[in-house]
Amino acid sequence: MPAYWLEATVVILGLILLLIEAFGKSVSRELVRRVSIGGLAFTLVPLYFAVTPPTDNAELARFYIYDNWAVFFKILAIVATILVLLMAYDYRKVLNQFTEEPGTDHGTGEFYALPVFACAGMMWMASARDLVSIFVSLELVTITFYILVAYMRRQVGSLEAGVKYLILGALSTGFLVYGIAWIYGVTHTTNLAEIGIAISDPDSALAANPSPLFFGLSLMLLSLAFKIGAAPMHLWIPDVYQGAPTPITAFLSVGSKAAGFIVALRILEPFFNSEITKSQTTLIVLIMAGLTLLVGNLAALGQTNFKRLLAYSSIAHAGFLLLAIAAWHPGDAGSLSTHQVVSLYLATYLVITLGAFFVLVVVRNADDSDEISAFDGLGRRNPSLAVCATILLSALAGLPLTAGFIGKFFAFQLAISSASANKVLWLGIGIGFIGVAASFYYYLKVVRAIYWREPAHEKELPVPRISRFVILSLTALTILLGFWPNPILWLIGG
Amino acid sequence: MTACLLLIPLIGVIAILRGRDPGATARLATALMLATGILLAGLWAMGIRDGLSIAPVVLSKPEIRLGLGLYDGMSVIMMLLSVVVAFAAARTGSCKKRHESLWNISLLLVAAGAVGAFISTDLFFFYAFHELALVPTFLMIGILGRGERKIIAWKATIYLAFGSIVLLAGLLWLTAASGTSSLAFEDLLKTSIPAEDQPGIALFLIIGFGTLVSLFPFHSWAAPTYASAPAPISMLHAGVLKKFGLYGLLRLHPLVPEGMSHWLNLVIVLLIGNILWVGFVTINQKRLDLMLGNSSVMHMGYIFLAFAALIEAGAQTENPVAMPAAILLMFAHGVTIAMLFGLTDRLEKKTGTLDLRNLGGLASHTPKLAFLFGLAAMASIGLPGLANFAGEVMVFIAGFKGWQAGSGLGSVQIATIIALWGLVISAVYMLRAYRRTFQGPGGSHIENAEDLSSKDRRPAIFLAFVLVIVGLFPNLLLGLLENSGSGASEPSEVQKPLEPALLPDPKPQPRQAMLAN
Repeated sequence: MPAYWLEATVVILGLILLLIEAFGKSVSRELVRRVSIGGLAFTLVPLYFAVTPPTDNAELARFYIYDNWAVFFKILAIVATILVLLMAYDYRKVLNQFTEEPGTDHGTGEFYALPVFACAGMMWMASARDLVSIFVSLELVTITFYILVAYMRRQVGSLEAGVKYLILGALSTGFLVYGIAWIYGVTHTTNLAEIGIAISDPDSALAANPSPLFFGLSLMLLSLAFKIGAAPMHLWIPDVYQGAPTPITAFLSVGSKAAGFIVALRILEPFFNSEITKSQTTLIVLIMAGLTLLVGNLAALGQTNFKRLLAYSSIAHAGFLLLAIAAWHPGDAGSLSTHQVVSLYLATYLVITLGAFFVLVVVRNADDSDEISAFDGLGRRNPSLAVCATILLSALAGLPLTAGFIGKFFAFQLAISSASANKVLWLGIGIGFIGVAASFYYYLKVVRAIYWREPAHEKELPVPRISRFVILSLTALTILLGFWPNPILWLIGG
Repeated sequence: MTACLLLIPLIGVIAILRGRDPGATARLATALMLATGILLAGLWAMGIRDGLSIAPVVLSKPEIRLGLGLYDGMSVIMMLLSVVVAFAAARTGSCKKRHESLWNISLLLVAAGAVGAFISTDLFFFYAFHELALVPTFLMIGILGRGERKIIAWKATIYLAFGSIVLLAGLLWLTAASGTSSLAFEDLLKTSIPAEDQPGIALFLIIGFGTLVSLFPFHSWAAPTYASAPAPISMLHAGVLKKFGLYGLLRLHPLVPEGMSHWLNLVIVLLIGNILWVGFVTINQKRLDLMLGNSSVMHMGYIFLAFAALIEAGAQTENPVAMPAAILLMFAHGVTIAMLFGLTDRLEKKTGTLDLRNLGGLASHTPKLAFLFGLAAMASIGLPGLANFAGEVMVFIAGFKGWQAGSGLGSVQIATIIALWGLVISAVYMLRAYRRTFQGPGGSHIENAEDLSSKDRRPAIFLAFVLVIVGLFPNLLLGLLENSGSGASEPSEVQKPLEPALLPDPKPQPRQAMLAN
């Protein structure tokens, strides 16, 4: 089965869900939820049998690539979407308050169908190898998110987030198109492989004057910075994360970011491989990484809202990932390549971050608050949830023996081993280490609330069945991967 | 087999989480750890070393193994120290019923982290296990600590996190420069680091490990932390976990000998800061717990002195006394300080205060406590017959090893001479504290003080027993260093410094003069 059927399957699944929602009876919402989750889980099966599309179709091969990274990021997209849909299921109490008829689930069907389209877009992004297909798939994801972010239409926060996301998203789309136009103008192609050939020719006019190329690249990177949540396009993140329905926040911070990173890797690869552009590209990405690390970690210090804290944490993590990209390394027998480190990081990040968001949904359901103070005394109200939350937060801080350490360890290892060739990387490494030290403070602030503080009330904190199962599995996975990261390496074919 | 040392406390944690009696579980787990540890050390001493370790690959590229085993004699001794102190810590102190799970889980996690770090044969897990203690310590101090517990918890955590991160940078640079794809000590120690990278790596290691060991001037977290933390945590932290830094420096020194010698004078200045500066600070303490905390920081200076001697020699073979000296003193100090913190906790329980101005004359009310405390205090000063004496003598011998009369004093020799004065300082503060607590006119808080119950006495007697045994037969421990896997020490040389025949050597004379004072 050629691999592009996967995206087609997911899109068809989404269309079926919309049809069920539109024409089904009143039980349809329940059905939509189940079909969306089941259908996506089912998609993982053909993924195993998928093969590279036949190359006799040269036009398709220009647009579509199916390699290890494509497979890995498709899996990441599907798993993230399934977990987000599960989270949405437990979040329905809050969601229903702010939709058409408060308290009922009228008009919430699309909330479970639209992520499936976003998933299709992310899967396509993983396989895109042409600036045009990158643009189209990226827009599929972004437009879906415009709707989802503003889904709680009777809540001002969600609407505000939607408008902010729309305006900045449109702006970044503009940057992307403009950047693509410049790249096309100087290289006469939109295909990344051909761009790679065009920019590595030392005798071309481009090598003599690469400024237009870098202008185009910078514009594209700005737009990608919007997707992955990196400075200087990070300003939307805290507000949108805070306002959006929590499952969508989780989706933005995991799925959208992962898809953004695979695109960033694909776009940057030719630029890092060309001797002409390598040093400048390193510098551009390094500056982005440094700024992102500083902004994310330092701004997180003063946060009192857990969702905002996770927003800044997501910026900070983007900074570590960018540091790994800036230390571009093709990989050899003894060490991991940048692709592998980024994949490893994102896989562990997915597990931990989704776990943290699940905990937040549980607390939000019980106390109707996203503030850190809602976690006060969690250790007494629900000890096992508190232990899971502590482990997940420690993992976010990158404490050893949790999955969070693995990603940071290899990001820094990559940066330090590349630093001997490129001294300027030490700057990024230094900022990164300051970031890690700062992050201990803001993650432990939540741990402090959980154990040190007295709870506002001693009310039981019930954990719904799905959430309990998912939180336990994700926590266990966090510890397991901390000891034994090899399975991820198998997935990325290392 | 060695992996059991790690599995036992972790299984204990799970059992407590599943509702078993926390105190009994922790006591059982630490007893099993002690038994396993002694058994392993016995097997090691008999030369049975095969099949004790495991090393499953957890990541194939770069190769990381969950290597758990006894790497060399140093690992064995540090492992013994961990299980001995953990055994005593689990039997010391008490808390409210509500906090019992937290208390015992934290204790087991800290013990697991310490023992895990010492039995790791892979750099990755060597680093990782040490960090296992960070969150439990943070919670224990923050919830159950004394005094300004919240501020102290933050301070300790941020300091330790800072130290760990600097250390991580050093370790990553080390692995990058060594060019190895395997992080196992065995492979790593075979590589050689390019000379231009060595000073940088060494500086990161000194600062990183140094912060964890409370090397001057990164020491200010230590004393308040030990004073504030609940007794088992101070015992494990001051007694065992802190030694991780020194263990790491000794372990990795062969990789960056030139880099380390580049910073020799820096290390010497800092260690003298530890001995003299912190020593004077210690004299001025008004509270018993802060005094002990500071004294523990001060004593790290001596171990660093042995390390400085090793740096100067450049390799273990050049100064075969230095490493055994450091290891023996680490062990002795660990046991002593754990005993002192354990007894201090009991003392506070009995009298309700640790302020030296409110204590006094306690010996007449609590003779057993006074005796045990006095024994530990004497050990801490370095009374012959107890383990610390052997360690300190060896440190001073190491300081003058290879020195030729007439060749002038090197920086290490000068440092050794200065460090000898530290013994006076420690005698001053320890004896003063002892006098103010147990002797003289009765203080305001001693009226209702009861003596130690037999349950309270047991852990202290156990530790005292270890101190005396090791003090009288240091070769029980040092013998473990023989035939180390890494060839780190030579058996014949190890025993030498303990022979009385060495005493006429010119170097120990200042010490003898000191003792006469």
